[in-house]
Amino acid sequence: MRQNGFTAAAHAVAWRNIHNWITNPALFVPSLLFPMFFFTAFAGGLSRVDSVPGFDYGPGYTTFVYGFVLLQAATFGGIFTGFSVARDFESGFARRLMLGATSRGGIVAGYWLAALVRAACTITVITVVALLVGLEVHGNGIDVVGLYTLALTMNAFAVLFGTGVAMRLRTMQAGPAIQVPAFLLLFLAPVWVPYDLLTGWVQGAASVNPVTLVLESGRGFLAGDPTKVLPAFAVVGVLVALTTLWARGGLRSAERVA
Amino acid sequence: MNQVLLLAHRSVVRTLRQPAMVVPALVFPLMLLSINSSGLESATRLPGFPTDAYFQFALAIPFIQGALFSANSAGTNVASDIESGFLNRLSLTPLRRVALMMGQLTGILALGLVQALTFVGVGIVFGDGIAAGLGGVIVIVALSLTISLAFGCIGAFVALRAGNGEAVQGVFPLFFAALFLSSMSLPRDLIENDWFQTVATWNPVSYMLEGIRSLVIDGWDAEALALGFACAGGLALIALAAASSALRTRMVRT
Repeated sequence: MRQNGFTAAAHAVAWRNIHNWITNPALFVPSLLFPMFFFTAFAGGLSRVDSVPGFDYGPGYTTFVYGFVLLQAATFGGIFTGFSVARDFESGFARRLMLGATSRGGIVAGYWLAALVRAACTITVITVVALLVGLEVHGNGIDVVGLYTLALTMNAFAVLFGTGVAMRLRTMQAGPAIQVPAFLLLFLAPVWVPYDLLTGWVQGAASVNPVTLVLESGRGFLAGDPTKVLPAFAVVGVLVALTTLWARGGLRSAERVA
Repeated sequence: MNQVLLLAHRSVVRTLRQPAMVVPALVFPLMLLSINSSGLESATRLPGFPTDAYFQFALAIPFIQGALFSANSAGTNVASDIESGFLNRLSLTPLRRVALMMGQLTGILALGLVQALTFVGVGIVFGDGIAAGLGGVIVIVALSLTISLAFGCIGAFVALRAGNGEAVQGVFPLFFAALFLSSMSLPRDLIENDWFQTVATWNPVSYMLEGIRSLVIDGWDAEALALGFACAGGLALIALAAASSALRTRMVRT
């Protein structure tokens, strides 16, 4: 019975969020376009950067940028779902949902499922475009599975983090508190050039940023030269474990006022 | 004239009093400038790159990003006036449409001025200064305000046509596309992909960036400045005319 309540709540929340996302152009279009803009701007506008001495990534700059945009799309699929949680609380829907759901954990699972679908759609579109403009995947099937597993785990981390913030603040004003930390984690990594070519404070930040490991591992999978695989999976595992606790705390906080 | 001043005062106060409009318009461009200039410093090693400090090259970007935030703010403000019925009441006054539009956009110009002075200050403190000197600073501020006005008018046009803030938010990514598909990250002659170089060459945002960039890096470059002002001013005029026309249509509806 408990299992059914969990599944029913997860299914209902996921379906509602996916439906809202697909049928509302103001939500659907930006979430697809932003990663596309990043990919186009960097892969197209910065491709000459692979001529910089010391840039030694075999599959080329388009693939190098794809490694980042993939993680970005997956992470922001989770972040945008965090916004949906905040919107649901602000409109009062989430409180009614919490009164009606027999398993409130299912609500968080539903948001996670919605984020997963959202990220999968965005990643599919970006991958098709990237393949059309010169993405080269040198890795084998296992590498590809590793690459997308990393990306989808980042998606889970992002949605759990966003849900935790949104359930604590319960207002759309939580947007920057959800977005800015994720943005900083992503962009304080070796985004445009390999780590060795970074300079200044960004190199210092990238050296302690756990996403650097994830990004370098993803690019290793794309190049067919898996690097730092265990540390990268350990990092995303720890991030998901911590944000699961964070989201659970957010749920408890929301339950107290529901 | 008095009514225009009242509208302008209201527009300035409502814009600058909202931290949600002012803070992101200042913080996000500076944050990206800081990250980009450190992350892409190695690009200055490319043969033909115009400066040996990427910060100097990237300093032009916040001015355009700031203007894009202005477009969003202008559109959101106008949409809010439509949704609250304020514009309906204004339509009963004998104000001319262009005057009404300019009054509505004064807040965006005030925000643009704060942005331009902040970004110039950051350039002077953290970079190698402005190659064109004090006169160059004045011209940068003037060009930056023209760019803010141009994008602000586009934001207002979208709001007047659609009549709601959600449409403005939906168009926001398209504004960023204009920036991304320009000579934002590398000089046009160093862009390797032919299609991207063609798009950047046709994109007026490239010339706005290059106008500001010329003053920061080279000093006085009449051609770059003429193109920058022509693109920003031309876009401002077209967008203002379009917004005024949309305003007339909306007033007829009311």
